[in-house]
Amino acid sequence: MMHLISMYGVDFLTGFGWTLLSSVIALVGSLILGTLFAIIEVIPRPVPHYIARLYIEVLRNIPLLVITMFFYIVVSGIFKINGFVSGTIGLTLYTSAFIAETVKAGIYAVPTGQYEGGRANGLSWWETMRMIVLPQAFKYVIPPLGNQFVNLVKNSSVLAFVAGFDLMYQANQISQTTFDTFNPYIIVGILYLVITLPISYYMRYLEDKLAREG
Amino acid sequence: MNDFIQAYSWINMRFLFEGMWVTVQVAFVSVILSFIMGSILGIIRYAKIPYVSWAVGLLIDLIRNLPLLLIIFFTYFALPHIGVQFSVIGSTIFAMTIFESAMLAEIVRGGVVSVPKGQSEGARSNGLSFGQTLWYILLPQAYKKMIPPIVSQFVSLIKDTSLATIIMLPEMTYRAQIIYAQNPKQIVPMFLMLAFLYFVLNYCLSKVGQVIDKRMVV
Repeated sequence: MMHLISMYGVDFLTGFGWTLLSSVIALVGSLILGTLFAIIEVIPRPVPHYIARLYIEVLRNIPLLVITMFFYIVVSGIFKINGFVSGTIGLTLYTSAFIAETVKAGIYAVPTGQYEGGRANGLSWWETMRMIVLPQAFKYVIPPLGNQFVNLVKNSSVLAFVAGFDLMYQANQISQTTFDTFNPYIIVGILYLVITLPISYYMRYLEDKLAREG
Repeated sequence: MNDFIQAYSWINMRFLFEGMWVTVQVAFVSVILSFIMGSILGIIRYAKIPYVSWAVGLLIDLIRNLPLLLIIFFTYFALPHIGVQFSVIGSTIFAMTIFESAMLAEIVRGGVVSVPKGQSEGARSNGLSFGQTLWYILLPQAYKKMIPPIVSQFVSLIKDTSLATIIMLPEMTYRAQIIYAQNPKQIVPMFLMLAFLYFVLNYCLSKVGQVIDKRMVV
């Protein structure tokens, strides 16, 4: 194993970097998209509500692999995008559906009195949302969002299918050159845990803290 | 339009449906096995047995934080090195069971913890042992709360089965690839059909889950 690390350390670290980059881009993108669709869903009009529901349900119920492959095989023929970009787009869209559900749950967790109070004081629907409901909703939403980020990092391994240079891809490359199908996966597993374990422990701590505060 | 009609010929569709059946079977067997494993692990973690619970907890956290794809790879390519060999379908089920039991263990533990404390205190002060309290009082109440998360885990298992394409499990995504590899014109129709079939399968499942959940509450 030491031999592998000294020979291919750079490759492992490159993969680590790409995995992290893809996850962070997808997190930011899916936060924006997810929050947007959560807000669209709670608009008290049927048309936007059902558009948002359709978006969420479709993306949530299709495997990430199928979405990613669609971008890699179909969309890359129209726009020139490589595996990393199509993987990250797939990740962003897929995760945004889950984040939309999370944020929506957070919005519903805010007592209705808050919304009514805002409206009664003359704020418009959007002002109430932006200044009163959303800031409180995000308090409930942070632990589940952290868990979504952990899922995102894990799901980014799908990039290996589309040559996205990530950790999993590097592990496959290294195991193909060295004929060692054991140790590269152990090393890559440890590298994944380096990202995901601290986040999930911190989120558990936050959840406990939030539960204690009531 | 002609491409679509050709792509959705009965031969292709039957080929895809066979893949769908593989997907459902693998996901179903995995969810049953991981429900059993997850319940055992979750209860061990809940029971706070010195050292054992801690070790099980660590194991659960490690598995939960690894990508499923890595675990599938590991069971298929790495475990033969230490003398454990499965067929393609066997290693998919094995990998998904390992991954999913860690997920379900947390759900089981969460369910048991969420039962009000008075329930277990009442049972214990009425003379039930720890095991009896768990079996007769806590678990029945916990399992009711666990139905929605378990259904959503089943849905994610069905989606995750597509990852086994990489070890050539003949499920839906893999079969779609075979079809469009023969005729590049069928790429778009195949992707649409794939998305449609997965959507219908998972959407119906989650609706069934919601119905069961409502019945149980009433």
